[in-house]
Amino acid sequence: MVRWDVLAAITGMALVTYACRAGGYAVLRAVRPPPWVEMVLRHLPGCLFAAYVAPPLLALGWPGWMGAAVVVGVQVATRNMGAAIIAGIAATWGLRVLAG
Amino acid sequence: MGSGEGSAFPACAMTIRGPVTFTRNGVRRGAVTSVPLLIGMVPFGLVIGVLSAAKGLSFAETVLMSSFVFAGAAQLVVLELWTDPAPILAATIAAAVVNIRMAPMGAALAPWLDKLRGWKLWGTLSTLVDHSFALGVAEQRAGGRDAGFLLGVGLCIWVGWVGTVAAGHLGGGLVRVPPGHPLFFASIAAFLSILVPLWRGPRLDLLPWGVAAIVAIAAHRAALPVPLPLLLGSFAGAGLGAWMELRGRGMPPREDARRG
Repeated sequence: MVRWDVLAAITGMALVTYACRAGGYAVLRAVRPPPWVEMVLRHLPGCLFAAYVAPPLLALGWPGWMGAAVVVGVQVATRNMGAAIIAGIAATWGLRVLAG
Repeated sequence: MGSGEGSAFPACAMTIRGPVTFTRNGVRRGAVTSVPLLIGMVPFGLVIGVLSAAKGLSFAETVLMSSFVFAGAAQLVVLELWTDPAPILAATIAAAVVNIRMAPMGAALAPWLDKLRGWKLWGTLSTLVDHSFALGVAEQRAGGRDAGFLLGVGLCIWVGWVGTVAAGHLGGGLVRVPPGHPLFFASIAAFLSILVPLWRGPRLDLLPWGVAAIVAIAAHRAALPVPLPLLLGSFAGAGLGAWMELRGRGMPPREDARRG
């Protein structure tokens, strides 16, 4: 079952989301950016993910930070994302249980 | 067409040696690389599915939204403000506000995207998510030249996303993942593991990343709505990084004379 009002909302969301995905690149193709824009864009990936993880990590408290250290440590050591993610969840979970 | 035009990013283009390709092999490699990241999506996808069911969306509507919008944070925000009849304008505006962060991602991937045409370009952009952006940039910096990698990551994440949301809707009351459950650490862990290959050393990245994190936390504490903490944090950090580069080296000479 698909209602028309829901379909309209989904269509609106889908259109603006595609505009966000393709729009930045489309604008850049048309307008040549100054060098500082290139530099900002080069720094953006790391900063975006740092800004992503910082507030929830703070909310999780020290088990979260320990889990984060485990994720980074395992990722650096093994270059295996699956192992890093699972080790991090296990560490956070275990610490939470231990902390009661 | 346009094969002679340079990358929009001369400085980035220097790190890419040889022509950019788009092969089936690259798509497969991207998909395989991103499989572990699916672990990080499972709790989030299940929550979106359960929430969709709770808000009265049918299974078909839930799958349609996840397939065509394909943006977890936006879907979460929209579902939180969902009403019956559907809030068409509010949902559209909310999706635009949350997803505006994706606009600079396509721009930053220009060294690859500039070499693509037609569906390969606009189709790849339609699968762009945080994960494919980060893995794509890391692959680019490592000298990767196969832009199919980006589509591979995007498709794998898309299948995982639609699948877990559908499972969440079907599971309904069966899967109860309370907020604050350690399983939610999975998505943070996925993003942390993504950050590792993006690290270029303390001189370039330490201060910008630190400032991005601190500004995001401050904006979060100030109760600014999604996605403002993310946007303010990432642009504060990236702006600082650019400023440090400009100050440290002086303005690099423009190298785009060849393009006129």
